[in-house]
Amino acid sequence: MNALALPPAAPLETRRADVAGRLRECLPAGAVLVSGEDLRPYECDGLSAYRQTPLVAALPATEAEAAAVLRVARETGTPVVARGSGTGLSGGALPLADGILLAMGKFNRILEVDPASRTAKAQPGVRNAQITEAVAPHGLYYAPDPSSQIACSIGGNVAENSGGVHCLKYGLTVHNIQKVRALTIEGDAVEIGCDALDAPGYDLLATITGSEGLLVLLTEVTVKLLPKPQVAQVVLASFASVEAAGEAVAAVIGAGIVPAGLEMMDRLATAAVEDYVHAGYDLEAEAILLCESDGTAEEVAEEIGKITEVMRNAGSTGFRVSGSEAERLKFWSGRKTAFPAVGRISPDYYCIDGSIPRGAVSKVLRRIAELSAHYGLRCANVFHAGDGNLHPLILYDANVPGEFEKTEEFAGDILELSIEVGGTITGEHGVGVEKINQMCAQFRTAELEQFHAVKAAFDPPGLLNPGKAVPTLHRCAEYGRMRVSRGQLPHPDIPRF
Amino acid sequence: MSDFIAQIAERVREHAARKSPLRIRGGGTKDFLGATGAGEPLDLSSYAGIVAYEPRELVLTVRAGTRISDIERALEAEGQMLPFEPPRFGEAATIGGTVACNLSGPRRPYAGAARDFVLGARIVNGKGEDLSFGGRVIKNVAGYDVSRLMAGAFGTLGVLTELSFKVLPRPAAEATLAFEMDEAAMIEAVNRWAGQPLPLSATAWESGVLRVRLSGAASAVAAARAKLGGADVPEGADYWQSLREQALPFFGGDAPLWRLSVAQTAEPLGLTMPQLVEWGGGQRWLRGEAELGPMRDAAQKARGHATRFRGGERTAGVFHPLAPAIAKIHRRLKEAFDPAGILNPGRMDNF
Repeated sequence: MNALALPPAAPLETRRADVAGRLRECLPAGAVLVSGEDLRPYECDGLSAYRQTPLVAALPATEAEAAAVLRVARETGTPVVARGSGTGLSGGALPLADGILLAMGKFNRILEVDPASRTAKAQPGVRNAQITEAVAPHGLYYAPDPSSQIACSIGGNVAENSGGVHCLKYGLTVHNIQKVRALTIEGDAVEIGCDALDAPGYDLLATITGSEGLLVLLTEVTVKLLPKPQVAQVVLASFASVEAAGEAVAAVIGAGIVPAGLEMMDRLATAAVEDYVHAGYDLEAEAILLCESDGTAEEVAEEIGKITEVMRNAGSTGFRVSGSEAERLKFWSGRKTAFPAVGRISPDYYCIDGSIPRGAVSKVLRRIAELSAHYGLRCANVFHAGDGNLHPLILYDANVPGEFEKTEEFAGDILELSIEVGGTITGEHGVGVEKINQMCAQFRTAELEQFHAVKAAFDPPGLLNPGKAVPTLHRCAEYGRMRVSRGQLPHPDIPRF
Repeated sequence: MSDFIAQIAERVREHAARKSPLRIRGGGTKDFLGATGAGEPLDLSSYAGIVAYEPRELVLTVRAGTRISDIERALEAEGQMLPFEPPRFGEAATIGGTVACNLSGPRRPYAGAARDFVLGARIVNGKGEDLSFGGRVIKNVAGYDVSRLMAGAFGTLGVLTELSFKVLPRPAAEATLAFEMDEAAMIEAVNRWAGQPLPLSATAWESGVLRVRLSGAASAVAAARAKLGGADVPEGADYWQSLREQALPFFGGDAPLWRLSVAQTAEPLGLTMPQLVEWGGGQRWLRGEAELGPMRDAAQKARGHATRFRGGERTAGVFHPLAPAIAKIHRRLKEAFDPAGILNPGRMDNF
């Protein structure tokens, strides 16, 4: 089968011509892009600091065409990187110089909505918010709501196991999908999951969810839908310190409340958004909390009463309860636009995705402030406080020589800090290329080897998004040497806890 | 205590070297489940105890040999619960066995299955390596989700040694309602209700009677009760407990018990066997001797799969067969975790 493949050492241009020629035999005109100009839109995803032009881009419109692209990849030994809307924040869809960029944008149809069974079947390029729009007439919605939901694709959500602001109560993507249809690199079309609540055999659905495109290529996703809550209300509370806000978060959970959303923002973040959208945030507060309750009218009234009591007892310096849907959306608008708002006060910013036990939040934020002073880089903190997922935004200027490198180091320190307090380097954005070195700190050799063995079980030739998500042992060895060469621990001048 | 894991790992390595199977055991309450396994027993029941429980984090870490009853007692003291309401099938039931079988009770369709609440797993794979996956945080996408892969793998991919879970507060109020209706009407009703913002937490239908449990804030339960009507079942809690433990008269006697996991909206199966339907139509229990073929056909027609849950022939064909391409991935995963094929071989039919 590989007899016609060029040796891997063939020059890039020769490979490009060969692979493009083969792709053109099975895809319609215009669905194979090779020129630099045509490839430019695909050279990065949401992590735009990393860019790479792919060998070619293929834009299949049907499962048969997608299968043909995988066949060409297999026969020529060419790696494949699948891409949805390109909103990913860890470089998961960053092209490979010698690889096919497989753009799934034409898979943009919702194939079926079944209100009785509360499911919808969508092609992977369908936008997250598009599903909720399509099922809203039935009083249903799709719960996971990443901030990028108007743009991000459901296929990308499955690949990253995306979250959002409602995860504590409603779960992640893995909890809200029923079944997928996918192609393996070997050319098999497989159904993973089941129309029943469970499937026979191993839980392959959990395995492929969050697998960052390394195991299979999705062609259909069946999601579970929930009844839209009758009412939602949000409490906006101010605190005189980040610690006090952190305590209030713990007190809410300790009171037996599982809020629909529980978000924290620090002063730098609220100042940025207030200037941008005028959400009505308290600019005197060191930290604010947004705590949402949803459900039936009776439930929400009862829960909001409890939440306000907890906030008061936890030393809130002031709080407001949304009095209307318009006001609720206004309160949320600040949180939802936090990233672009921060983008306005700095030429560039870098978003981090550590996930930590909630109890460690004060320590971690204090340490981030110390690191911020050490590196001379400002850092705004936006935090999915309910589920422990921290998004520090490091502000930097890419045009200042050395500043991006400093930012990356700062980011790496925060991720390793997350591991140190018992957390993880990525809560919802994925490892991609961005956090691949920190995977060496999070996992030991035997665990990384087990991951590679899992990949080989799905993708024996190793052609699906190779080099992402799971570092090679060689890479970890290099990384380890680099860190050791700097002395024992990075930044011995900073007090550790 | 981590010496214990080192000992387990050593034992697995030694068995792997001579390709001698191991049969992983906790409390021994699920011997009836799955295909008959082979091998020397590998006992985990002494590796028990709560490693960490922080109620304000909603996270619990336990050793795999910990009894479910001990876990539930500790959670109850803090007003919390394992939301998947695991059946025990015996006092000695352990959390390791429960996760290995991915066993969930009546709350499953409305709260999630055992696998949905697993946050992390420490395992010893078939090479005798002590490995940790996932963690103790709610959101974690670093590496493949090996922890959840362990749920329902019946110990064929690794020996579970420690597990972390997300736990939730217990509902403030519960109520059980009963309705007389036939099977088709029941399937329509439970699915219609599930599409509305109602605090459903369980449904079960047998002999023309549908029971529905409501759980949540007292105000929400009261409002839903008024909306749904039906007859109040004062001893409702006992009923759900008996259903969860398969202690209802329906489950008595020696006749084989079949589990058909099907699409919740699938129409009545039309099999002439005693039947109990729970999980909002998604889990249909049937009693009696039957040929494998027609049971599998019925399950497949209802977009699901059939398992011989209890009794009957147990050497092969216990679980629904897999599509060839899916079976191929299973074989390779088994090879990836347990190359010598020594962990509970055959417990999942071919794996």
